[in-house]
Amino acid sequence: MERNLIKRLGSGIYIMKIEYYIFLSIALFCIGIIGVLTRRNAIIVFMCIELMLNAVNLMLVAFSKMHYLAQGTKNPAAGSDGQLFVFFVMVVAAAEVSVGLAIIVMMYRNVHAVDINVLNRLKH
Amino acid sequence: MNISEILFYFLSAMALGSAVMVVVSKNAVHSVLWLIVTFFAISGHYILMNAQFLGIVNLIVYAGAIMVLFLFVIMLMNLNSEAEPKKNRWLKMAGIVAGGCLLLVFVAAFKNAEIRGQHTQFNKGNIGLIENLGQLLFTEYVVPFEISSVLFLSAMVGAVVIGKKSD
Repeated sequence: MERNLIKRLGSGIYIMKIEYYIFLSIALFCIGIIGVLTRRNAIIVFMCIELMLNAVNLMLVAFSKMHYLAQGTKNPAAGSDGQLFVFFVMVVAAAEVSVGLAIIVMMYRNVHAVDINVLNRLKH
Repeated sequence: MNISEILFYFLSAMALGSAVMVVVSKNAVHSVLWLIVTFFAISGHYILMNAQFLGIVNLIVYAGAIMVLFLFVIMLMNLNSEAEPKKNRWLKMAGIVAGGCLLLVFVAAFKNAEIRGQHTQFNKGNIGLIENLGQLLFTEYVVPFEISSVLFLSAMVGAVVIGKKSD
């Protein structure tokens, strides 16, 4: 393994191995998973889901730049699709949060708790 | 050790550290604030990779709108002083072990992946700029763009209907 994380190409372009971004995204995603599994506050569970979405977004952007580096001389728009997917993920996340927080507020109004151990009426 | 490398290490440490703090904070308001720090770090990564549009949109949409919504709901419910109820220690342990196992599986799967030799690019390349993304968004991706407006409308209607007093 080389000593330097980031290499410099002749034309002033800095490049870096993709696996550092892959492992960073994996770590963020798993922190989000652990939060969903261990916390009992419904709002914090929601926030951990946002964290997982952001980990995936980071990976998509890194892959889009990787694709551009590989294909950019042939096709100047190579990799733009990945960044647009990130944009649409953000759109869906915003819609999801507005509805989800409305549901949490409604539940709090009915049972006076956001503890997800209390919110198990669908089970019975 | 050039400046991009230092920035990468700094932003990665900031993102991971504040993500851990989101999970371990007892106070829900502190969790929201740490999540905002995480989003700033991720935006820094986007700008480092010259995805300027996404960096700014991430700040405006996530740190600006969504996190304010979270903070508003937490303040509205007055949860900020209330401690979380005690729960089963073994259940918590099992969650951490399950997350660690997932981490292990991911790392083992990507350790020898074919993609390993590839590189990502930092300071050059115009695909992340508004001009290029807007061009693509309004030509090739115009149908998903319009459908997302319908999604937002239905989310708005849904939020209002759910939030209405039902008596």
